Amino acid sequence: MSDNGFEPRLIGFLCRWCSYNGADLAGTSRMKYPPNMVPIKTNCSGRVDPTHIMKALAEGADGVLIAGCHPGDCHYINGNYRTAGRYPLMEKLLEQLGLEPGRVRLEWISAAEGDKFARVVREFTEEIRALGPLGWGKQFTDESAAVAEVAQEAVPV
Amino acid sequence: MSKFKFAMYWAGSCGGCEIALLEIKDKIIEVDQNYDVVFWPAAADFKYKDLEAYDDGYIDVCLFNGAIRNSENEHVAKVLRQKSKVLVAFGACASMGGIPGLANVSNAQEIKDLVYTKNPSVDNPDGVYPQEKYEVPEGELELPHLYDTVKTLDQTVDVDYYMPGCAPEAHQIAAVLDVVTAALKGEGELPAKGATIGVAPKTCCDECERVKEEKKIGGFKRIWEFLPDPEKCLLEQGVICMGPATVAGCGARCTGVGMPCRGCYGPPEGVVDQGAKMLSTLASIIDNPDPDEIGRIALTVPDPVGTFYRFGLASSLLRRARV
Repeated sequence: MSDNGFEPRLIGFLCRWCSYNGADLAGTSRMKYPPNMVPIKTNCSGRVDPTHIMKALAEGADGVLIAGCHPGDCHYINGNYRTAGRYPLMEKLLEQLGLEPGRVRLEWISAAEGDKFARVVREFTEEIRALGPLGWGKQFTDESAAVAEVAQEAVPV
Repeated sequence: MSKFKFAMYWAGSCGGCEIALLEIKDKIIEVDQNYDVVFWPAAADFKYKDLEAYDDGYIDVCLFNGAIRNSENEHVAKVLRQKSKVLVAFGACASMGGIPGLANVSNAQEIKDLVYTKNPSVDNPDGVYPQEKYEVPEGELELPHLYDTVKTLDQTVDVDYYMPGCAPEAHQIAAVLDVVTAALKGEGELPAKGATIGVAPKTCCDECERVKEEKKIGGFKRIWEFLPDPEKCLLEQGVICMGPATVAGCGARCTGVGMPCRGCYGPPEGVVDQGAKMLSTLASIIDNPDPDEIGRIALTVPDPVGTFYRFGLASSLLRRARV
């Protein structure tokens, strides 16, 4: 627990063939890593639609991890090649929208890399902790409160 | 029989939607036969006080175009909601934020700074900015408050129907007016509340007559860099065309004359975020054996927000940038 009481809320989209098994291996091997990330099993990292990531960020996640098989190891031959194209483009788009580059992270984690999975989650949690809360929705509630009064005033007729 | 009451209003918009209504040509006479225009500031001299004096629900159909950009837009949207039986978010701006919604990459102060001081062609040595309230001998003058975030109509008031397009196509407007008029006369039924009207099922590609094969591209090209093949799919030629992430209904007129689709009709049914889907599509058709090279090619898209959210930033999942 950090001094200010901020605990990052992270979402992890893990491909079922590699990274999710890597997470299982980390668990069965009793490796320690922070409990901040909620893992979501997807069939492939290529199934992770940018919509999923944006929805997570818009609805309260402080960071999103996408993890899939190493290039060349995809169960569906080339699913992770799609991820390889989408991720940098999405990072560029999110940067235009004022998001720090580290908040969405892509990692290739195989089923044998339990140690890598634990290390990535440790690193990612600490990086997001350092960045602080994202609070995407808050900017709308703040502004709505400020302008609600103005809009209720009658426009001079 | 007394005529039905018709209203049209523009909020944060260019006025193209108002002209689009006249694009229905002689059908406008039919509109006149069936409707009394009771509020349409762009066409005749109506005042807000006329509108406010109407009974609630007095207006049968209101076509509201434009995004909610300032307190005046929001106020009139609320009054029109109260006075209208059927409120239609008409055009890309009212339904998705449209081009004005791109202002959500910035905020009100940044925009004012650019317009009144920072723009190289501006000469404003005293740093004069417009004030919301200003005293003159005749009394106090007032300007609406400019919002930081551009909103869509349905983020402001309850909306009955959405009719996308920049601007909506004339044949769709005519068809929608027919349906609404028939329903008001008791000869037909209105679509379900919340429906997107004036569109067709499937996507823009479905209406586009270009020949489509497998989508595999080596890189992106701008339309001025080469002469595209007039028969082949523009996307397959490397031009960023929003067709696959855009609902049909416009008749694919842009691609028909060699211009790529920009997505003004919004996402097809079931798609939450048009920009995210297009990004996903585009990045997955890059044909290269090296994943790093795929990423490098994807990054050559010059302005992802302006490209994928040209009309839909205000209604997207993230809605605006953090400034």
